[in-house]
Amino acid sequence: MLALFYIFIGVAIGVSFWQITRILDLRGVVANDEDNAKQGKYAIYFMVFFYAIMIYCLIAMNVIMLPESASIEGEHDDRLFNITFWLIGIVQFIMQFLIFYFTFKYRGNKNRKAKFYADSHKLELIWTVTPAIVLVGLIGYGLWQWNNVMDLSDEDAILIEVYSQQFRWDARYAGNDNTLGLGNVNYIKGINTMGVDMKDVNSQDDKQVTELYLPKGKKIHFKFRSQDVLHSAYMPHFRAQMNCVPGMVTEFGFTPKYTTEEMRQQPEVIAKTKGINKIRSAKGEDLYEFDYLLLCNKICGASHYSMQMKITVVEPEVYDKWIAEQPTLAAVIK
Amino acid sequence: MSEHHHKETFVTKYIFSQDHKMISKQFLVTGMFMGIIAVMMSMLFRLQLAWPEKSFSIIEAFLGPHQTDGVMNPDIYLALVTIHGTIMVFFVLTAGLSGTFSNLLIPLQIGARDMASGFMNMISYWLFFLSSILMVISLFVEAGPASAGWTIYPPLSALPQAIPGSGTGMTLWLVSMSIFIASSLIGALNYIVTVLNLRTKGMKMTRLPLTMWAFFITAIIGVVSFPVLLSAALLLVFDRSFGTSFYLSDIFIAGEVLHYQGGSPVLFEHLFWFLGHPEVYIVLLPALGITSEIISTNSRKPIFGYRAMVMSIMAIAFLSTIVWGHHMFISGMNPFLGSVFTFTTLLIAIPSAVKAFNYITTLWKGNLQLNPAMLFSIGLVSTFVTGGLTGLVLGDSALDIAIHDTYFVVAHFHLVMGVSAIFGMYAGIYHWFPKMYGRMMNKTLGYWHFWVTIICAYGVFWPMHFIGLAGLPRRYYSNTAFPMFDDLADINVVITIFALVGGAAQIIFLANFFISIYRGEKASQNPWNSNTIEWTTPVEHIHGNWPGKIPEVHRWAYDYSKRVDPNDDDSDFLHGQDFVLQTTPLLEGEQPS
Repeated sequence: MLALFYIFIGVAIGVSFWQITRILDLRGVVANDEDNAKQGKYAIYFMVFFYAIMIYCLIAMNVIMLPESASIEGEHDDRLFNITFWLIGIVQFIMQFLIFYFTFKYRGNKNRKAKFYADSHKLELIWTVTPAIVLVGLIGYGLWQWNNVMDLSDEDAILIEVYSQQFRWDARYAGNDNTLGLGNVNYIKGINTMGVDMKDVNSQDDKQVTELYLPKGKKIHFKFRSQDVLHSAYMPHFRAQMNCVPGMVTEFGFTPKYTTEEMRQQPEVIAKTKGINKIRSAKGEDLYEFDYLLLCNKICGASHYSMQMKITVVEPEVYDKWIAEQPTLAAVIK
Repeated sequence: MSEHHHKETFVTKYIFSQDHKMISKQFLVTGMFMGIIAVMMSMLFRLQLAWPEKSFSIIEAFLGPHQTDGVMNPDIYLALVTIHGTIMVFFVLTAGLSGTFSNLLIPLQIGARDMASGFMNMISYWLFFLSSILMVISLFVEAGPASAGWTIYPPLSALPQAIPGSGTGMTLWLVSMSIFIASSLIGALNYIVTVLNLRTKGMKMTRLPLTMWAFFITAIIGVVSFPVLLSAALLLVFDRSFGTSFYLSDIFIAGEVLHYQGGSPVLFEHLFWFLGHPEVYIVLLPALGITSEIISTNSRKPIFGYRAMVMSIMAIAFLSTIVWGHHMFISGMNPFLGSVFTFTTLLIAIPSAVKAFNYITTLWKGNLQLNPAMLFSIGLVSTFVTGGLTGLVLGDSALDIAIHDTYFVVAHFHLVMGVSAIFGMYAGIYHWFPKMYGRMMNKTLGYWHFWVTIICAYGVFWPMHFIGLAGLPRRYYSNTAFPMFDDLADINVVITIFALVGGAAQIIFLANFFISIYRGEKASQNPWNSNTIEWTTPVEHIHGNWPGKIPEVHRWAYDYSKRVDPNDDDSDFLHGQDFVLQTTPLLEGEQPS
């Protein structure tokens, strides 16, 4: 691949110098009919090339894209995305065709006379009103879905605090009372790395962990805090993201739809995993297995690119057993 | 105007010039110099993204202390993307584009001897020059330049403990940008006053070429929004240097609790994006204005829907000031605000669609003269459509939460404002080069430059949408920490190859530009057979632009191919040729268009 790149560079520099020497004869500054004919043709060639890479990418890159939403709230995201994508895809194909086809079709020559056509209220009305109507639909669906994902009114949701710092994630489950104890950076000391106020009664049964376990089919209510700079908790498989802001608590929620095991059996995930493992085994690296991840998605410093936390979605019974095994803060922090 | 006879020394003519034509060239060359730096930076970080562990002697040569055995360090990677963004957005596409073409064209196209205040205009350039120098100096400080992203969100940008670039590098960034904003404001006020007051007789607002409308409205957006960035920057200076807490609160870093209490980074985000989003249109509208003019001239047709074009510029300008929150859907602000901003953001699609359709209709049944400037304008329409459409995905808050800050965003804004605006700038340079230097640029090199550039632009940014949809966050030094992104490595290599070839292709342009200044063919007075009045000035620059009286304007700028019988396309041209200068009086019985 590298050799190819050097060749490209070499060719580009060669061509430019060859052309620079040609400039010295100083001819050719305004396009003539011959240029118009040639450039018009190139516009068509370019259009073919452009459509080829557009279509190729749309088909070939399907396999690398994120699999179907793993949260119930994200289903509508996927649907809205598909509707929007089809719509803009169709518009894109038509508009690009018109742009480059007209460039070719109406390429200038001495015998052609341009049409004097300065205005048409009817046409302009059409292309003002049509986008407006389409947008009303998109905005309507989008806003409905936005209210849907931002709805955190479910009282029974499992409350989890996600805590960020350069360059790691921690999490705290609210315990049996499902209420998080207060937290502030002033309480950070020793093993109390999340700065939990241990005088608060609600803190006693909280449980601090380094990996998230979530039960399938239950609404999870996340609260986010940051200790130093902005971070962003990005959970792409769940179509979820929220910034972690020092000095304030932000919130987000979703309901996991598939366990990690179920997700691994999905055809899309199997295909993507296969592709990744082909690359990894060629390089002699360990094989990859699908896991949900929480990534940092707001520039936060040198190791931003590796800041992550594993998320495991399990059946509710497994989750109950797991959470019971975790020690409470009261037991850990004396 | 008798001053244009006074004696000029080398210093007053070439350095501290108050002539708008010279100042425009100064803006252009400084902008190009900054552009070269920013593009080279992108080449370096593209190398890192394609071959993360590979050693490159070029990286060793350029990055000195910030690399280990030819592999760049994570800190300098972040610094490179930060400075690349800052320079491209502000120094190249704001000062380089508006500064060059507003200065060159406003007096020439409205029929004025010079800007309203030549002195302020000169100050505007020299402040820009000073801020450029400071930005370049910041690259050489020991801990590296600013590296918190071009959006410089605190606390990262406020705390040197968080990232080394937030020390001296960030201080220089803030000083440089404050001076830059002063330069922009002085320039913009000058443009507004000039357009309002110095139009020649007969140049009604409704007869202004669309370039003028675009530059005029752009200047207004700048005056409205740039001061807010200045205050945001000043408050950040206060937080950094004087211990205030506008943006900072409850921070524990490097083993200690800092004293800051009660501030909020979200406040900074609001202030930043109150400029940041209009900035997109400060960059884009001049490019669209230039394109309107060039497409009409080279299609030998009036621009379709002049009034609609003016209205949509105004609508875009107005909407641009009330959509900033779409950069902050996931910032933690109230979800209701998210709904409002989704609504206003998607509305921008309507005037944008009107503009795109009007360009295409202008091409329809034209007699297209495919000069390099025309090709770049057509290229702009193409990239503007491609990039604009994906805005419908990102502007929708419900979809944004899934792809915010991924490469999908990077692809979107590079196409819609980066590539489009650069294409507009190139189109402007090819078109008005004869007006700037009295010589022509070579068309063969121009064609090469265009085709290689557009192929590479799409080669870089089209596949980039898909790695974004795979969930890859931007500003990652390397993707090796996530096996789930291993299958994106090949695509990154392809993107980098296109980027390197595209970057190298700009050498063709630079060669054409600088050789043509000295050796290009001498320009005729109106080489493109254009209607606007800058082409009635002599080829050689004179102080005051027109030797005698300033010409009077009698018609709009778009009487191309006007016929004897307006309803008969086969009838003869009314004026015997397919263009009619704005200075030509109406014939007896001729209806104004």
